[in-house]
Amino acid sequence: MADLAINGDSAVALAWKQIDPDVCAAYPITPQTIIVERFSDYVADGEVNTNFVCVESEHSALTLCTASSSAGARTFTATASQGLAYMWEMLPITSAMRTPVIMAVANRALSGPININNDHSDAMAARDCGWIMIFAENVQEAYDNAVMAPRIAEHHDVQLPIMTNIDGFILTHAVERMTPLDATAVKKFVGDFKPLYPLLDWKNPVTHGVMDGPEYYYKHKYQMVEAMEQAIKVTEKVFKDFKKISGREYHLVEEYRCDDAEYVAVVLGSSYGTMKSVVDELRAEGKKVGAVMPRLYRPWPDEHMAAALGGKKGVAVLDKHAPIGAYGALFSDVCTTLIDMKNAPAVYNYIYGLGGKDAKASDFRTIFEDMMSGKAAKYNFMGVDE
Amino acid sequence: MSTRSIKDLTKLEPKMASGHRLCAGCAEGIIARQVLMATDKPVAVANATGCFEVSTSIYPYTSWNVPWIHTAFGNGAATCAGLEAAYQSLKKQGKITDEMRFVSFAGDGATYDIGLQALSGAMERGHHMMHVCFNNEAYMNTGIQRSSATQFGASTTTSPAGSVIPGKGEYSKDMTMVMIAHDIPYVAQASPHNWRDLIGKAEKGFECGGPAFLNVISTCPRGWRTANDSAISMAQLAVQTCVWPLYEYENGKLTLTADSERIAVGKQEKKPLMDWFSAQGRYKHLTKDKYIPLVQTLQERLDAKWERLLKLSKL
Repeated sequence: MADLAINGDSAVALAWKQIDPDVCAAYPITPQTIIVERFSDYVADGEVNTNFVCVESEHSALTLCTASSSAGARTFTATASQGLAYMWEMLPITSAMRTPVIMAVANRALSGPININNDHSDAMAARDCGWIMIFAENVQEAYDNAVMAPRIAEHHDVQLPIMTNIDGFILTHAVERMTPLDATAVKKFVGDFKPLYPLLDWKNPVTHGVMDGPEYYYKHKYQMVEAMEQAIKVTEKVFKDFKKISGREYHLVEEYRCDDAEYVAVVLGSSYGTMKSVVDELRAEGKKVGAVMPRLYRPWPDEHMAAALGGKKGVAVLDKHAPIGAYGALFSDVCTTLIDMKNAPAVYNYIYGLGGKDAKASDFRTIFEDMMSGKAAKYNFMGVDE
Repeated sequence: MSTRSIKDLTKLEPKMASGHRLCAGCAEGIIARQVLMATDKPVAVANATGCFEVSTSIYPYTSWNVPWIHTAFGNGAATCAGLEAAYQSLKKQGKITDEMRFVSFAGDGATYDIGLQALSGAMERGHHMMHVCFNNEAYMNTGIQRSSATQFGASTTTSPAGSVIPGKGEYSKDMTMVMIAHDIPYVAQASPHNWRDLIGKAEKGFECGGPAFLNVISTCPRGWRTANDSAISMAQLAVQTCVWPLYEYENGKLTLTADSERIAVGKQEKKPLMDWFSAQGRYKHLTKDKYIPLVQTLQERLDAKWERLLKLSKL
C-alpha cells in the first residue's frame, strides 16, 4: 500500500480493520475515541465482520471483552486515562482468566485535577496487572504494534492480554507519514485466533473464573508469572517475523548511538524521538551520549536492559507520571536491573511532561549536561515552576 | 405457565450438579435448576460474584455441566453480554452453527446496586440474554448487609434493629418496574414455590428474542432468620402477602400470574403483612407493641402498591 498521512488513532483503526477482530467493545474516552469512531465507520460500511458493541462504561467494556475472549472470539478495545482507571478492577481478572484481549491505550494524565493531555500516569498505574505492555515512538509504530499485538498475546505459551500504548494527542492526533502493510499480508501474519478452552464449545463445557483457596491462588498466579516470562521470547520472535513482511526492525529494548556512549537517557514513547535528536546534537559536539527505550515494558526486559546500560557512566531515567511519595516506575525498574551489576552506572530519575507539560529538546539536553558535569541529583522534577 | 410435567422434568440431565456448597435451605440452587430446565437449547451461564458463584465454582471442583463464567461483582450482565456478543459474531461468520441461549445469575446486590449500570446497559443494547436476580433482599454472601432490595424494617448487619431504630429505614427499590421501563421484550417476577409459573416465565425469557429480566424471590435462612426447611414456604408467603406479587410484562402488557392473579380476583386470601414479619427473625422486633403503628403504615403502603399493580394489570 502507498504511504499515508495519518494520525495515530486512525492508524490503529486501520490495523484493526485489516485484522478484522470478531468483537470490539468500547466506551468513548478521549484521546482514544477516534480509534473506535474510525473503526465504527468500517463496521458501518461492512468492511469488517466485527460485532461492535458500544457499552455503557469502561468497566463493562473490559468485562465484555474478557467474556467474549473467554467465549472464543478475538476481541479488541481501546481506552485512555479515566477509562483505564475505571477498568482497573477488571485488569487483573482479564489476565488471570488468560484471555488475550487486545487494548489500545492512548496515554493521558489521570484526574485530578482533570487534564486531557498526555502523560503515562494511566499506564503506570496499571503496570502490574498481568498485561503485556508495549510502547510506540511514532504513528508508524502505533500501527505496527497494533498488527503485532495479537501474535504476542494469543501465543499459547503466553495467553495474556496486551496494552499497545500510544501517547495521547502527541501520537493519537498528530498526522504523520506512515507506511501501511497490505491487508492480505496482515491477515496472513496475524492468523486465526485459536483459543484453547472456548466457552462456546458447549459440548465440552468448561468453568471459567473460579474461586481459589490460598494454595491454588498462588499456583495460578505463578503460572501467570511463567507465561509473562514467555512473552519475552515470543515478542522477539514476532518482531523478527514482522521484519520479514515489513522490513522494519524492532527490539525489546531500542538503543540509539549507545555502543560507545558514556551517558544514556532511558525514555518511553514519543519522547524517544526527541531524545534521539538531542543525542545527535550532542554527538555533533563530540559528547558520548545515547538514548534507550524499552519498547516492551511488561514483561520487563531485564537482560536486554542490562546489556543496554552495562558499562555506562550515568543513566538518566525519565518518568512521565507523578509518583507521589516514591520514585518513578521506570526508574525503579531500571534500578532493579542495575542492582546486581558490577560497576553499575550512576542512575538519576527525571520526572517530566506531566499533564501534557511540554518536554523540550533543550530540557533533555540539560539532563545530559547535568549528568556529565556531576550536577544531576538522584531525583529531579524537570520543568516544574516551584 | 410451563407445559412441562414434573415427570418430564425429572428426566432432564441436571445442568447444575448436586454437591454444591450453598447453605442448607437456600433457595438459589432450586431457582437456578428451575430456570435451566426451561430451555432445551445449549445454554451458557454468567454469574456475578456472590453466594451462588462461590458455592458452585470452588477450584478444583465445579458444579457446572454447562459452560459457566464469572468475572466480578458488578458486571454479571456485561459478562453475559460478552458471551452473547462473541456468539453473535461467530454465528454470523459461520464459525458456530448451534443455536444457543445465555443467562446471567446475580443476587440483589449485583442487580439492584453495584450491578445496575451493567445490567441497564446490557438490556438497552438488546443482547439476547436473560438476567435472573436471586433476590434474597440483602448482601448475604458478605454477611447480611442491607441492599437497596432490603425491605423497610428488616434487621441486617448494617441496618440492625436497635433500641431506637427499627431496622432498615428506607423502602426497597422496585427493580422489576425499573426493568419494565427499559422497554425490553420480557420482564417477570417469580417465586420458586410455584415452579410451573417460574419455569414458564423462564421459557418465555429464553425465547423472547432479546433481553429478558426475571426477578425471583429467594429465601435465605441465614439472613432472614428462618428455619432451613422454609425456603419454599417463605417464598410462598411472600407471594400470599403481596410482598412479592407474581406478574409478567410483555408487549406492553402487565399480567398478574398464578397465586397473585387468584388473589386479584378474590379466589385466594391476601394474607396480612404481619404474617410475613412474624415468620422471620429479621422482622422479630416489628412484632412488639410499640411498632404497631409502623406495621400499620407499612401495610397501608403495601396495599397501595398492590392496588397500583392491579390498575396496571388492567391497562
